[in-house]
Amino acid sequence: MRFLRSRPTPPPAAEPGDVLAEAAGLHVRLGAREVLAGVDMTVRAGEVLALVGPNGAGKSTLLGALAADLPVAAGGVRIHGRAADEWPVAELALRRAVLPQAASLSFPFTVEEAVRMGRAPWAGTEREDEDDVAVAAAMGAAEVAGFAVRPFSALSGGERARVALARVLAQRVPLLLLDEPTAALDLRHQELVLRVCRERARAGDAVVVVLHDLGLAAAYAHRVAILSSGRVVADGPPAGIFDGRLLSEVYRQPIEVFPHPRTGAVLISPVRDF
Amino acid sequence: MTLLDKAVEATAEKPVRRVRGGTWLLTAGLVVALLVLVPVAAGLGAYPIPTGDVLGSVLHRTGLGGAALDRVPESVLWNVRFPRIVLALLVGASLGCAGALMQGMFSNPLAEPSIIGVSSGAAVGAVGAISLGLNFLGTVTIPTVAFVTGLATVLLVYSMSRSGGRTEVVTLILTGIAVNAFAGALIGLFLFFADTAAVNQITFWQLGSLAQATWSKVLAVLPFAAVGLVVAPLYTRRLDLLSLGERPARHLGVDVERLRMVLVLVIALLTAAAVGVSGIIGFVGLVIPHLLRMAAGPGHRFLVPGSALAGAVVLLGADLAARTVAAPAELPLGVLTALLGSPFFFWLLRKARRGQGGWA
Repeated sequence: MRFLRSRPTPPPAAEPGDVLAEAAGLHVRLGAREVLAGVDMTVRAGEVLALVGPNGAGKSTLLGALAADLPVAAGGVRIHGRAADEWPVAELALRRAVLPQAASLSFPFTVEEAVRMGRAPWAGTEREDEDDVAVAAAMGAAEVAGFAVRPFSALSGGERARVALARVLAQRVPLLLLDEPTAALDLRHQELVLRVCRERARAGDAVVVVLHDLGLAAAYAHRVAILSSGRVVADGPPAGIFDGRLLSEVYRQPIEVFPHPRTGAVLISPVRDF
Repeated sequence: MTLLDKAVEATAEKPVRRVRGGTWLLTAGLVVALLVLVPVAAGLGAYPIPTGDVLGSVLHRTGLGGAALDRVPESVLWNVRFPRIVLALLVGASLGCAGALMQGMFSNPLAEPSIIGVSSGAAVGAVGAISLGLNFLGTVTIPTVAFVTGLATVLLVYSMSRSGGRTEVVTLILTGIAVNAFAGALIGLFLFFADTAAVNQITFWQLGSLAQATWSKVLAVLPFAAVGLVVAPLYTRRLDLLSLGERPARHLGVDVERLRMVLVLVIALLTAAAVGVSGIIGFVGLVIPHLLRMAAGPGHRFLVPGSALAGAVVLLGADLAARTVAAPAELPLGVLTALLGSPFFFWLLRKARRGQGGWA
C-alpha cells in the first residue's frame, strides 16, 4: 500500500521575507465562544514572531489555526500560499512543525526514539538520509543528548519540554509554531530555546512562538503581536510597540517599560510600590 | 555557521544508537519455541504419538521422505491434533496482534479488544445461534454467526461514537461500555429462554475452548486472520506517532481519523474471527503486548508482529496444557488463560510501575 500512495513533495526553499503562513479576517469559534474575532497576521521566513497577551486572549488558538488544526468560522488561513484545509496532512507535515503546550508520550519510548518521531514525515523521500544527522543536531540544540537513552516517562517536566522541542527541530521544516516553549524551563534553557529560534530564523525559517515572558519577547523576537480578547491590538518590532499604557490596559495590571541601564534594551516589569 | 551545525559536530563523534538489540534475539527465541512446541503438541494427548513419528508423517505428506503411520495414529494426527494446533496458532496470533493494535490505537496499555464490543457482540451471536438451534452451515454455523455479530457490533459502536467526521476516544470507550452492557443483557435473555442442553453448551462456549477444532473451522478463520495479520504491520510507524497524542500525530503527517477506522476494522476482523471459533479467551490480547513491551521496548514495528508470534506460541502452549494437565478431562482454555493470566498480569503491573515510576 505504501508504494501506491503518491509521495508528498517537499516545499521549495524559502527566501527571507517569503510569506509562509497568513491569516486574513480570521474568526474561530470554540463552542459558543468566539475566540478569534477578525485577526490578520502574516508570518514571514527569516523572522521570529512572538504572540503575547493575557490568558484567554487567543494566542494558542491563533497558533492552532496557523497549524491547520482548527476549523475556521470565517476568513481564511493560507500556509505556503495554499488554503490550510486544502493541504493533505502528509504535505503539511513537510511544511510546518508544531510544539504543543504540554508534551506527552503514552508509552515509555526513549528520548532518542521520541526525537526520531520528528523524522517520520520524511520517510520515503530523498531527505530520509538526513535522519541521523537531523536527530543528533536537534538533540544537541535542545541539550537532551545527555539522556538520549532514558525513557521519556522518567524525565522531569522541563526535560520533557526540551525533548518535544528537539522532535520539532528534527522535523526540519520551514515553519515552526511553538506554543509556550519556555513555560516549564529554567532560566538558562529559556534563553537557549529562544536563541535556537533566532538561529532557525537566520537560517531562513519562520518561527512563531507564544510567550508569556514579555522580556524574552522583547529581547529575541523580530516582531511581536499583542493579542487581547481575540483581536490583535498591536503588531510590530518590540521596541516600537511595548508601551506601558497599552500593556497596562491589555493585562489589566499596571506595567512599566524602561530601558536597561547598561544596554538600553527594553525592560518590562509590573509596577510594584513596595 | 549556525548553532545547529555546531551541535552536529559536537555529537558526531559518538552518534546515539538504539541499545535495544533484544528484538532479534526475542524473535529467534519465539520461532524456536514454536518449532519445538508444534511437534511436541502434536505428539502429546490421550493417544500419544512419538515426536519422531510425527515428524516422519509430516515429511511423508510433504513428499520429503519419512513414512506414513498406521491408520489410527495418522488419523488422530491429521484430523484431530493438527487442525487444533493450527487453530490455536491462528487464534493466538490474532488475539495477540489485535491486543497490540488496540493498545496502540488507544495509546493505553490497558486497552483490550473487548472494550469496543467485539467479544460481547460475537458472544451474543454464538449464544443466540446455540439457543435457537441454528445449523445452516454445519459445524461452522456458530463461528460464522459469532463473527458477523462481533463485526456488526464494532461497526455499530464505531458509527455511534462518530460525530462530525471525528471519533473521540472517550466517546468510543463509553459507547463500548453501553453496548457491552446491552450485549450482556441479550446473552442473559437467551440463557433464560434456552433449554438445559443449550444452557450447557452456551456455558462451555463462553469458557472458551478449541476442543471442537476441524479443518473447516481453520479454513473459516484463515482468510480473516491472514488479512488482519498482513495489514497490521503496515501501520506500525503511525501507531508509534499516535502515542504522542492525536494532534502531534497529525502534525507529523498521520491522518488520524483514517488510521483509526482501518485499525478498528483490522482489530474487529482478527478478534471476531478468533472469538467465533474459540469462544472467549481472555488475557492473551492484554498480557502478550505488555510482556513484549517490557522486554523489547514500546516500538510497534516489533510489538505488532511480535505479539502475533508470541500469542501463537502462548496459546498453543496453553491449549496443550488445557488438554493434558487434567487428562482424561479437559480444562476450558479460556478459564486456564484467565486463571494464569490475571495473577501474572497483576505481577507485571506491579513490576512495571516500580521500574518506570508510573505510566505517563
